[in-house]
Amino acid sequence: MVEFFTETNLGIVLLILGQALLVIVPLLLALAFLMYADRKVWAAVQMRRGPNVVGVFGLLQSFADFLKYIVKEVVVPAGADKAVFFLAPMISFVMAVIAWVAIPWNEGWVIADLNVAILYIFAISSLEVYGVIMGGWASNSKYPFLGSLRSAAQMISYEVSIGLIIVGVIISTGSMNFGDIVNAQKGDWGLFNWYWLPHFPMLFLFFISALAETNRPPFDLPEAESELVAGYQVEYSSTPFLLFMIGELMAVVLMCALVTLLFLGGWLSPIPGLPDGILWMTLKMAAVFFIFAMVKAITPRYRYDQLMRIGWKVFLPLSLAWVVIVAFFAQYGAFGGAYARWTVGG
Amino acid sequence: MEDLLREYLPVLIFLGLAIGLGLVLILAAVVIAVRHPDPEKVSAYECGFNAFDDARMKFDVRFYLVSILFIIFDLEVAFLFPWAVAFKDVGLVGFWSMMVFLAVLTIGFAYEWKKGAMEWQ
Repeated sequence: MVEFFTETNLGIVLLILGQALLVIVPLLLALAFLMYADRKVWAAVQMRRGPNVVGVFGLLQSFADFLKYIVKEVVVPAGADKAVFFLAPMISFVMAVIAWVAIPWNEGWVIADLNVAILYIFAISSLEVYGVIMGGWASNSKYPFLGSLRSAAQMISYEVSIGLIIVGVIISTGSMNFGDIVNAQKGDWGLFNWYWLPHFPMLFLFFISALAETNRPPFDLPEAESELVAGYQVEYSSTPFLLFMIGELMAVVLMCALVTLLFLGGWLSPIPGLPDGILWMTLKMAAVFFIFAMVKAITPRYRYDQLMRIGWKVFLPLSLAWVVIVAFFAQYGAFGGAYARWTVGG
Repeated sequence: MEDLLREYLPVLIFLGLAIGLGLVLILAAVVIAVRHPDPEKVSAYECGFNAFDDARMKFDVRFYLVSILFIIFDLEVAFLFPWAVAFKDVGLVGFWSMMVFLAVLTIGFAYEWKKGAMEWQ
């Protein structure tokens, strides 16, 4: 029986299919509740109640929303390019989903144990910008067009600093595999062994870049309600809109996972002696998501020129300088080798 | 199965699953939801009047500039990735070559800054 799943081709495909469903289904369920949590946090900050009608404490709100989306009319604008119009939300959704194939949940619990996992994630998240651009262009309407232009410029601007910050982590680890990166953060000091300490300033830079990259407030300029209505999503309704929403939220949760894996030790336990495991991974991701939700609730929106200035004139030079600094620290073994924890082949 | 295929097969299967799920969702709305399009409903969104001209209009050249800058720096990041992975193996020569490369790039960056390529007003 075991041989069937490890030796025969059909068995391997079935096994991977099962694993993939085991990741996607809980992920989509978790997304429904994260959406609810996001709204609840937002409401609590503004002293409102938030969703509280559907189910106990409104817990089933997202599922009610889902049903509502499905029975809504699909409106296709008259001047729209129909094929591209439907392709755009698909790209947004598909790219957000397939990035999860390389994310490990526990020691060895990863569907595709790629040795270039970070490069893969980086490539996939670059492709997400196409969904936005195509959505805005295909709608053939002014607001989506302007929104998609802004959104694309913003996403690519912050991608550069995200890439440079990741390079710093890779220098410290000597591997692009998430398992190696997490294992490099293992040590006797528990949470003080994680990369957030040696790479401290970059944790903040990465987090803020992640906000901008995923178009979250305070950088949600493409959908600045007061000026561009809803950015590139203006003409979308029903499930195509839902796909954009899921894609966006999934990208946010992916960023939570990246912060957790790169800086917060992934599945490692913060206190030496306690067992490591998937529980820590999910707890840390939830904590990071809570900060995402809080930032959305308490910060005012940036102006577009300020956003671009921070991206190119502050974040880019800082992260570039950090790469050089980390390289020097690692080369000359500063701080007792805290920057040179080469786990593989070292 | 070949090792390489074994490693990347999950990506392909994930891709298939994601596309399938997306298609099911879009088709669900197309099949289930009622559709009554009328000229007003399918016209492009505007603030209470008909659109004056085509929406695919001219736009600021800065967006081009940003994407050109992006290509340069993203290439640089892609170039840094393999160097970072092989950091312990490339030795001092590799280390200093990359430092020189980064210095040259920084000069270019400073020039762009001075020329005002990053100004938005």
